[in-house]
Amino acid sequence: MEGIVSYGAYVPRYRILPEEIGRVWGADGKSMGKGLMINQKSVPSPDEDTVTIATEAARYMMARVPEVSSADIGAVYIGSESHPYAVKPSSAIVAAAIGATPDMTAVDMEFACKAGTAGIQAGLAMVKAGYAKYAVAIGADTSQGAPGDALEYSAAAGGAAYLLGSENVIAQVNKTLSFTTDTSDFWRREGMMYPVHGGRFSGAPAYFRHVSTAAKNLMKAMGTEPADYNYAVFHQPNGKFPTRVAAQLGFQPEQIECGLLTPNIGNCYSGAVPLGLAHVLDHAKPGDRILVTSYGSGAGSDAFDITVTDAIKDYKRQNAPVLDDILSRTVVIDYATYAKYKNTIKMPEE
Amino acid sequence: MAMVVAREWREIPGKYNLEGTKCGCCGKIFFPARTFCPYCRRSSAGKMEAHRLSGKGEVFSFSIVHDNSGFNDRMMPYAVVMVKDDDGVMIEGQLVDVDFDKIEIGMRVRAMLRKLDEDGEAGVIHYGYKFVPEY
Repeated sequence: MEGIVSYGAYVPRYRILPEEIGRVWGADGKSMGKGLMINQKSVPSPDEDTVTIATEAARYMMARVPEVSSADIGAVYIGSESHPYAVKPSSAIVAAAIGATPDMTAVDMEFACKAGTAGIQAGLAMVKAGYAKYAVAIGADTSQGAPGDALEYSAAAGGAAYLLGSENVIAQVNKTLSFTTDTSDFWRREGMMYPVHGGRFSGAPAYFRHVSTAAKNLMKAMGTEPADYNYAVFHQPNGKFPTRVAAQLGFQPEQIECGLLTPNIGNCYSGAVPLGLAHVLDHAKPGDRILVTSYGSGAGSDAFDITVTDAIKDYKRQNAPVLDDILSRTVVIDYATYAKYKNTIKMPEE
Repeated sequence: MAMVVAREWREIPGKYNLEGTKCGCCGKIFFPARTFCPYCRRSSAGKMEAHRLSGKGEVFSFSIVHDNSGFNDRMMPYAVVMVKDDDGVMIEGQLVDVDFDKIEIGMRVRAMLRKLDEDGEAGVIHYGYKFVPEY
């Protein structure tokens, strides 16, 4: 059965704390962070973007399966809200950087925060149809949030890459389905630097309706209930939403703990759920069952029912850094350095 | 500094994946790629093969640069290193994500893809290798 053959995840080194952001804008950053359940968020270095983050994650993914030839990759999909070019594919750059070009297809995807999981669905379909031996799906972002806006406390950077195939899968995808409606809870118009959100409207009719419906529909189709899963990963724009939706659906806190990274890295948008799943796979054992549900504003959710296989025992996870190592090497910066790194300081014309 | 897109395109294998060349006569490895071995000269013609470096090695020498060089103006000062790759080839590049007081000759580093420069707001973004500490 089709599934995940390998994976890799990467998060930049720098962090900023909510109290530091609040200090600059005259807000109570500490209680803001507490309300959102965000202790710190990741910040990309000035020389990092979605392409470099996606490449690093994809190289970790390939390092763990030295027996796989990159020439056998038939498709590369990158989901992001922050592709560096409006026109010129990130996916072609990353494909070249992992040696997968030229006999393959590549395309950039966008569906707010769920474009990474949409890529996983498309990649699985390519493999299942026999059009590709392997497909690569990556969710990565250097998320935008307007200075002073609530989003600035959470918008972070990171990503994860998945090699999908039908042989030697470490985690098989038993089923995937989606739930999609036209709901304007968060958007960014062409040429605008920062997204706009509907405030409280992004809660009940948007995040909670789509995530819980997709998860319920999946469990109904599989004949399962929350207790059947060892882990659950939900989209995590902050720590609060996934914790609440998990409780509403009947999951216990220990089922979502491993896949919930946002409190310590922030919201990595298209990279959020792929990163949460990567952290679960860093710890998973054969037979573990995982429910994954992403969310993208606009709005939709992709849900996956996954079972970890015996192949994970011989999987060369040690060939690349695991998330616990990556997330232990951090440097906290102040707001001035953050503004410089995010390029929000107006520099003289060259 | 603006770079002609054709040159950018030609340098992709070396910049992204440290692809150099290996002489089919004497086995010496060169980076950046050469079309001709300076030791075997004419007998190397047509025998130079593509050879990808490991991207891992150790710091042979380093310097901290305080002069503004355009794109690095948001990363000042910055470290440059000569890295002796595990293939024995010397490569020059930036060393990033590192505390300057921890840099020392012999420290293990590895190559990672980063933005090197960009041709203004509308031009091409130049990606290529920089080094980071190897943990």
